[in-house]
Amino acid sequence: MSDTLGIALRLLAVFVVFLVFPLVIGQTEHKVMAHMQGRLGPMYAGGFHGWAQLVADGVKFAQKEDIVPAGADRRIFQLAPAVALLPYLLVLIAIPVGPHGAVGQVVDAGIFFVLAVMGVGVLGSLMAGWASANKFSLLGGLRTAAQLLAYELPMLLAAASVAMAAGTLSLPGILDAFHWWWVPWQIVGGAVFFTAGLAELQRPPFDMPVADSEIIFGAYTEYTGLRFALFLLAEYAGIVVLCALTSVLFLGGWHGPFGLNGLGWLWTLLKTAVLAFGVIWLRVTYPRLREDQLQKLAWTVLIPLALAQIALTGVVKVVIS
Amino acid sequence: MTLAATAAAHGFLSPTGVEIAFLLVGIATLGAALITVTTRQLVHAALWLVVALGGIAVEYLLLTAEFIAWVQVLIYVGSVVVLLLFGLMLTKAPIGRSPDADSGNRWAALVVALASAGTLVWVVVDAFRATWIDLDGAVQGSTATLGRTLFQYWVLPFEALSVLLLAALVGAIVLSRKGGEGKAPAADLRSGAARTGTAPREEQH
Repeated sequence: MSDTLGIALRLLAVFVVFLVFPLVIGQTEHKVMAHMQGRLGPMYAGGFHGWAQLVADGVKFAQKEDIVPAGADRRIFQLAPAVALLPYLLVLIAIPVGPHGAVGQVVDAGIFFVLAVMGVGVLGSLMAGWASANKFSLLGGLRTAAQLLAYELPMLLAAASVAMAAGTLSLPGILDAFHWWWVPWQIVGGAVFFTAGLAELQRPPFDMPVADSEIIFGAYTEYTGLRFALFLLAEYAGIVVLCALTSVLFLGGWHGPFGLNGLGWLWTLLKTAVLAFGVIWLRVTYPRLREDQLQKLAWTVLIPLALAQIALTGVVKVVIS
Repeated sequence: MTLAATAAAHGFLSPTGVEIAFLLVGIATLGAALITVTTRQLVHAALWLVVALGGIAVEYLLLTAEFIAWVQVLIYVGSVVVLLLFGLMLTKAPIGRSPDADSGNRWAALVVALASAGTLVWVVVDAFRATWIDLDGAVQGSTATLGRTLFQYWVLPFEALSVLLLAALVGAIVLSRKGGEGKAPAADLRSGAARTGTAPREEQH
């Protein structure tokens, strides 16, 4: 019976993280962007520095009318937000936050599980883009697909490099095998992974699929109310997942620097938060890449770098064994 | 892979929960596959294909082949279907029925499909009829087991497949370059070929 209770508690914890962390990152983005641009950002909702702004936004979204365009493919249009959001919830289950089994569920082929399920989330954008019966949405969907096909490969290759280094595909197993010198060893792979992940999430500077000055809001143009909010939530949940994965795979997760491992899960949270701050910072700093620049970056820079990283990993692995 | 051959202890008349789940998922997968080939709406067909491929991944999971299941999701649901949808969007797939989404070859296709399905079912049943997976022991389809088997006993077929996929990749590039020899659109075609090449390239890993 305690087993069942333990599993239920773990799943509940993952669900709470899934509900809370994206909102925290969204609020941080409001404030960080505002201060970087010399503004204050939300200041009134909730009293203290507008902390409840996103809650108020959620209430606003829930009140709006849920409109499905007349020419749209109703079922697929309505299903798309769920397909976009749920994969991130599933991925969170497999990400370890601390030592001694602090993970929702140990998955034997953890890296493959998280990358596979994250890839499914993009189907939501494609469904939304096609089913909206809107040329801007369709263009957004096309760009999403092209971007995914280009950036999935470097992401996989970079993750494969870590798996080679650790000799296992399980995420807790990778953390158990971690040593501090892995960070400089795998740093190129880490950069490739993080960049490709940003592109998969369609975050600036890789937000060509939702380029608001050209195609309004890409695949999400026709969405209103709660379904639109679910797409936004999927983006922020994606940031949580990408940052947590990068910190687990490339920055040592719950291992602290100089052997300070005592803090455990706090290190994971800290690294994730710093990376998420970086994601926001990139959005404020860099202009959007053009479609051809996007493709060129993936095929001529990221993939060769990822392959070089795999070669380096193989050579070092053979030398030290 | 060595499967626990303890057929004597098992019977077909008292199925376990896992076996019932396996059957139900199998029926759902078959249904999704049937809708995939019969629906007149092209994009719906691609999306039902997602359901069918996902169902097969669940079947792999129930057979304790975890690694294969996730690779199935990663390659087929994550890449091949995205490629299909990308192609459909480029060809202006309409919302609603496509009047020309039919083929005169439907009866020939049915015969071929039934024949290949019959052959596969017969081979699999004949090979594994009395074999049962021991769910209580160590996981038999784990990544470590699979990797060891693949690179010790099956390494030659594996490499042959890699060469085959490489040949397909080169062939795709050659075919797509044929039209625009030396003209400006050649660059576009080249990047298009590289994109189409993603799926087979990934399958090598």
